[in-house]
Amino acid sequence: MPKLTIDGREVEVAAGLTVLQACESIGIEIPRFCYHERLSIAGNCRMCLVTMAGSPKPVASCAMPAADNMVIQTNTPEVHKMRRSVMEFLLINHPLDCPICDQGGECDLQDQAMAYGFDRGRFIENKRAVKDKYLGPLIKTIMTRCIHCTRCIRFATEIAGVPELGATGRGEGTEIGTYIEKALTSELSGNLIDVCPVGALTSKPYAFCARPWELRKTETIDVMDAVGSNIRVDARGNEVLRVLPRLHEEINEEWISDKTRFACDGLRRQRLDQPYIRVDGKLKPATWPEALSAVASRLKGVPGARIGAIAGDLADCESMLLVKDLMTRLGSPNLDCRQDGAALPAEPRAAYLFNTTIAGIETADACLLIGTNPRIEAPLINARMRKRFRNGEFAVGLIGQAAELTYPFEHLGEDPRLIEEVASGRHPFAATLKAAQRPMLVLGMAALARADGSAILDAARRIAETTGMIRPGDGWNGFNVLHTAAARTGGLDLGFVPGEGGLDTAGMLAAAEAGALDVVYLLGADELDTSRLKRAFVIYQGHHGDAGAHAADVILPGAAYTEKDATYVNTEGRVQQAQLACHPPGEARADWKIVRVLADKLGHPLGLDTLADVRARLAAANPLFASLDCIEPAAWASFGTAGGIDAAPFGAAVENFYLTNPICRASVTMAECVDVLGDRQGRKTGTHG
Amino acid sequence: MLRDQDRVFTNLYGFDSPYLEAARARGDWDNTKDIIVRGRETLTKDVREAGLRGRGGAGFNTGMKWSFMPKEVSPGRPHYLVVNADEGEPGTCKDREIMRHEPHKLLEGCVLAGSAMGAQAAYIYVRGEFYREAEVLQRAIDEAYGAGLLGPNACGAGARFDVYVHRGAGAYICGEETALIESLEGKKGQPRLKPPFPANVGLYGCPTTVNNVETISVVPAILRRGSGWFLGLGRPRNTGTKLFNISGHVNQPCTVEEEMGVPLKELIERHAGGVRGGWNNLLAVIPGGSSVPLLPKAVCDSVHMDFDSLAAVKSGLGTAAVIVMDKSTDVVRAIARLSRFYKHESCGQCTPCREGTGWMWRVMERLADGRGSIEEIDVLEQVTRQVEGHTICALGDAAAWPIQGLIRHFRPEIERRIAERKASPNQRSAA
Amino acid sequence: MSAATPAPADGTFCFTPENEGTARAIIAKYPPRRQASAVLPLLDLAQRQNGGWLSQAALDYVAQYLQMPPIRVYEVATFYTMFNLKPVGRHHIQVCTNLPCWLRGSDAIVAACRKHLGIGPGETTADGAFTVSEVECAGACVNAPMVQIGDDYYEDLTADSMGSILETLKAGGTPKPGSQSGRHSCEPAGGVTSLTSTPAVQRFLEKKAEGNR
Repeated sequence: MPKLTIDGREVEVAAGLTVLQACESIGIEIPRFCYHERLSIAGNCRMCLVTMAGSPKPVASCAMPAADNMVIQTNTPEVHKMRRSVMEFLLINHPLDCPICDQGGECDLQDQAMAYGFDRGRFIENKRAVKDKYLGPLIKTIMTRCIHCTRCIRFATEIAGVPELGATGRGEGTEIGTYIEKALTSELSGNLIDVCPVGALTSKPYAFCARPWELRKTETIDVMDAVGSNIRVDARGNEVLRVLPRLHEEINEEWISDKTRFACDGLRRQRLDQPYIRVDGKLKPATWPEALSAVASRLKGVPGARIGAIAGDLADCESMLLVKDLMTRLGSPNLDCRQDGAALPAEPRAAYLFNTTIAGIETADACLLIGTNPRIEAPLINARMRKRFRNGEFAVGLIGQAAELTYPFEHLGEDPRLIEEVASGRHPFAATLKAAQRPMLVLGMAALARADGSAILDAARRIAETTGMIRPGDGWNGFNVLHTAAARTGGLDLGFVPGEGGLDTAGMLAAAEAGALDVVYLLGADELDTSRLKRAFVIYQGHHGDAGAHAADVILPGAAYTEKDATYVNTEGRVQQAQLACHPPGEARADWKIVRVLADKLGHPLGLDTLADVRARLAAANPLFASLDCIEPAAWASFGTAGGIDAAPFGAAVENFYLTNPICRASVTMAECVDVLGDRQGRKTGTHG
Repeated sequence: MLRDQDRVFTNLYGFDSPYLEAARARGDWDNTKDIIVRGRETLTKDVREAGLRGRGGAGFNTGMKWSFMPKEVSPGRPHYLVVNADEGEPGTCKDREIMRHEPHKLLEGCVLAGSAMGAQAAYIYVRGEFYREAEVLQRAIDEAYGAGLLGPNACGAGARFDVYVHRGAGAYICGEETALIESLEGKKGQPRLKPPFPANVGLYGCPTTVNNVETISVVPAILRRGSGWFLGLGRPRNTGTKLFNISGHVNQPCTVEEEMGVPLKELIERHAGGVRGGWNNLLAVIPGGSSVPLLPKAVCDSVHMDFDSLAAVKSGLGTAAVIVMDKSTDVVRAIARLSRFYKHESCGQCTPCREGTGWMWRVMERLADGRGSIEEIDVLEQVTRQVEGHTICALGDAAAWPIQGLIRHFRPEIERRIAERKASPNQRSAA
Repeated sequence: MSAATPAPADGTFCFTPENEGTARAIIAKYPPRRQASAVLPLLDLAQRQNGGWLSQAALDYVAQYLQMPPIRVYEVATFYTMFNLKPVGRHHIQVCTNLPCWLRGSDAIVAACRKHLGIGPGETTADGAFTVSEVECAGACVNAPMVQIGDDYYEDLTADSMGSILETLKAGGTPKPGSQSGRHSCEPAGGVTSLTSTPAVQRFLEKKAEGNR
């Protein structure tokens, strides 16, 4: 615990802190550009210089370890002069184009220039001009603005794990770029925009859209995957203009995936903004009363057993709960929130959670991936895996499709029967897991959404049990299911699965095809084979004109995740609430309200009139919903079904990173990504190669 | 004047063969084992007590620097000696002569310095342009391996010692020790932040000492003849002999080994045939390579060539590269040329140097033509102060000092040009 | 260096079997897993094989050879001045114009290049035989002015001696490297002022005196 003196105050700080961090710990802010607490230290901008007694030269506080008896000054005329000096150097070749710069208003350089800039320049030579670089469809570059802090290079290399950015040339000719014109092959590239302290790297889709002070900022959560990244939605009027990450150390730290950030233009396209009724084979606009009546008259007299409901990947817990309640009133046991057919039970809870937790990955020392490609299924979880790898001594094995991960791993093979080999201890990787202090496994949807999914789940459970992954005593649970759907964990928590004698998704599709199911209620379910629903009356409640809507007989327009106060549970089992940032377009309504009105119309009033009522009902249905943003360790119990595992290799849980749900499928930006970058599985579908 | 028997580099001019047989005849590799077996502590102590100061420019006590290396070699973290042969400071060409004419002094020095710091391998980082010098050095290394002077039982002293030549590829900044280490690791030559210092975290993260070629090459003589001999040469705190490069406006430019502290005037007149047109035709001298401030004639008349004497006149011994300028010299343009050099060689990593070197050069170019205002001289001076001391490495200082020296001693000349230009704006200012 | 954009697509590159062996020997100088240390020598080797410049293909080849991310090799290739990222003439005349050479007439050397080759710094003759570059201090300052051609230094130049070197090259000859004024190396031109008592120096001076007689 070094003790040092900063600006005359004696402070004791934790060992390993830098002088800059020591200053921050007592509330002294040190200006900086290159320093970023999640990146390696570069020490190149020199803005953080402070004086240190005994040192003939000032020291870069970001890089200097705090040590005993140091006497640091951060607020002397000398230090201020140094800051003004550095600021002057940064500005001599920086264009004075703040009025047309998208960083304006949220620019570190602009802010610091207010504190340390001169009111006129002494540099009368020509300013440097730097050619802009192409980094793909997401990042716009204006390289003349670059101040060479190298944060972007360090982010790409260290966090994203794609060493594609560099600084070429030298001296004042140094340029940041990829050298060879190419788009960055990262799912996290948008974070470069945030780490860039100036307007050199800005959002391409957001270019010239708005000024930050015009935007209404809503703190909410993301649903593009099952991670539950914390985000801020910036809207103007009723339009979401951009999505930014919000700090949550245990989930996304301060990063978000490109899909989370850039799919928001999909919120403006293909929207269902009024009810529709299919008339003579064609969907015709209708009023709410007409649509609700159409549903009511079709349901009249239909026995519960001939009604089914499937919840999609973006469904919120409130509406799932109400649909489940309604189905119960209608006497139907046919419910499922697993539209991909994943063989997950609704209990025990440990069977379907990412029990280790995302932050917990950092303490694991061996990991077996089964049928999952975390890089595209959950880029932030993959980033956490990479973070763990960078700390050293992390053995990773993979059973399933070879993936391009951002850390080394041993590809054990594609044959799913290898899981049994590991479970029985015959495979050498079993020894690796056993030797580890904190082994973990990640079971992906590709391994579960198949006929032998329950047998695989069983084998995975046995791996966990036999290799020391389940140690409630010291709080370690290394068994993890990686969901791809934001709605899935919540759905399972609510028991949105077939009741006694009820049909699951596959059963409902088969029954519908056979004419044994009359009405199917799709709550935002789009990722299933809707052609098999032709003989049934399909109610589609959702926000986009995607697969489900096309198959619908009645469309009830709902709200997207940015347009409602709604609860989601992430893959760790963490309950979080999304907040309304904009109102749903046109006639569209918050989903729980639609179900409530429909229930009234059907003569089964649910007795829930306010959001507070619904939330109380949620907590009653499962007490977990009473506490937000916390992790309740799930009790271990047996699950899965013993059985043979098929030799057929796993497919991919996510076929195309950019096109996993109706919102991103409606996004022009995501379409451009597909065009340029392919599906992020190593396959290119576009022509720009 | 230094007696020949006190000269270390007896084949400085290459009149004799650089290779093993001739080198042995000159006394190299003579019972090196006997010196090695004195042990780490003794070797380091002797070099420290001899007062040998680094010959690459900074002038830090060499034995002291060695003593910063960990006392024990921990497993998996070998110690490295890295020899800085990236000679590129304008005016400097002494290491070149050692490598092509006295390579065995360097190699023997590597073995001894390596022994003194617990290293079993040395990398000699030779600037890429010195292709022929690297060839000679490599041949000498091959000879030394053949003779058992290097290799598994180097000099028969029982320990392994390897020496490798590593060629650079054209970057002055790699002469900075941490940039050199980066470059040796296969990266851009961008200086590292210190701490940690190389003695703790150097090449491949292992304890490393970087020493200049000349420094290492005089080590065998010191250890063989004793630190008393070295201490007896030169002046207090500035002991021993030194290679001087005398270039520019002298009648006979040359490299010569002289005693530390030799008067500048004597050095030039005795060895370099005097200033072109006589001593009174002298305008100024840059006494220690391009990075140190120049000295006007009045100072040159009496100054001694050593670290402390030159620091006392606000310049420095640097690499002891003496660049002489007679009265025909356009001194503003001369310094502008150096400013261009520093702009070209800035690695671009840190702000003051990346931006400041370009700024200073552009102003210097204008001032050389008289294009500018008197106030700009002050702005330029301030800019040099803004760069100096605020950068990761010393290149920023090196870029600032020559300009500071120019303004200190030749401000009237700069002002004269500005005034002249103002008077007849269409004419190029005459020197 | 400092070519911000690479030359256009330029086919493939692969070490010759001989250079492959050289490359392996170079890599062996460095500890295991530190093969990136070999990037400068390997780029140099590739440049020599590739006619004096590094194509995109050569850069990528070296990156792959050393298992380095290509961008790290691009950074290196653009940082060091000895790597040419565009084709250069067969004879690359690198004229030092830094202060010590400039004080002793490097302007006249640049002018001699212009006179004999018709090109200035940064240019290549139409036949691709010569490229002239201005370079920073090459470290032969007491033998100024000087040029480097290929791997050799030519020192103590005058406009005349520079001219004859260029004419020799044009005629397909090989000019003798080193001092062009008759000095042996870096000793004072008028005769040594030190080491006169050294036997080897005496032998040399005697031999030289005989030669002159």
